[in-house]
Amino acid sequence: MNEFKGQTLSWHIVNGAIELALHRDPCNEIGSLTLDELEKFAAALPELANEAQALIVHSTLKAGFSAGADLRELFQRGQEMEKGAALRGVREFLERIHAVMNALDAAPLTTIAAVHGVTFGGGFELALVCDIIIADRMARFCFPELRLGLIPGFGGIPRLKRDLGNAVVRDLLLTGRSFNVMKAQQIGLVSQIAAEGEALRVARATASQVGKFDRLTAAVAKEFVKPIPYEELKREIDIFCDLYSRPAVEEGLRRFVENEGVQPYLP
Amino acid sequence: MSAPTADHTLDEILTLAASHFKVPREKLTPDDDFFKTLGIDSLQALDLLTRLEHHFRIELPDYELQGVSDFRTLANRIQARL
Repeated sequence: MNEFKGQTLSWHIVNGAIELALHRDPCNEIGSLTLDELEKFAAALPELANEAQALIVHSTLKAGFSAGADLRELFQRGQEMEKGAALRGVREFLERIHAVMNALDAAPLTTIAAVHGVTFGGGFELALVCDIIIADRMARFCFPELRLGLIPGFGGIPRLKRDLGNAVVRDLLLTGRSFNVMKAQQIGLVSQIAAEGEALRVARATASQVGKFDRLTAAVAKEFVKPIPYEELKREIDIFCDLYSRPAVEEGLRRFVENEGVQPYLP
Repeated sequence: MSAPTADHTLDEILTLAASHFKVPREKLTPDDDFFKTLGIDSLQALDLLTRLEHHFRIELPDYELQGVSDFRTLANRIQARL
């Protein structure tokens, strides 16, 4: 399936690069529908990879790359189901999204996240599976999960630990603060900074450069420098599920979902 | 180079906010609630924060903005980082 147009995302191949575009209003919240379509993409990826040298993940929405997990859906499902069933549903969701993230992480082609605006939580985690992050000057990153009594659940902590120093990881995780591209580049997260609105163009230029190299060599080099922390990723799911069972999380989610003020995204 | 004065910082914030959110500069005053005056939500406030960080070349953790909604207090928070 070289081309797909879904309700939350689309993909096609342009100049030898797969372009995966996120487009679910208001800011690409990742819920069950997005997961279904991400799974379609992961299933199509081996065939797509035969015809492309790079993958670019980006958002077509003005608000940003992604605000992360769909917390409203998470809260509502928790309200509709008995506790045990809700927890099993959360674990199943996490195992499915981890399978997608792991497939993207290990994809045998160079992957580039072209991010702008809000790149929070699960959206940040989606960017983290990519080999290279190219960020618009106005991009902003954050792991806000501790505000809800949770930890990142889409593989964020093991991948941050893989890519960054532990002191930086502690700062980002334990303060839950957002930070801009200058900080992101300073700590080694972002490879290139693009002017406002130019991240996709810069990503395309980078994809073109990547395409000059022998594919097998690039895939072997990637596998060598980018191990996937499978054991820690499994542990993350267990910790997330242990935390999710507590009443404090339900209250944290309720506060976020029912917040009608102007500052739900500020701590 | 010495840090700008608090008044200068406040003036720069008002000018930047007016320009980006397309509000006449003369309509903005230091004690305005910027959420109301600029008509912005929390995501747009983060956008404003990023622009201010770039403009002043500082890092301002967003938790320092918790409960802050007027330009004067915002300027004080920024001034403390210059």
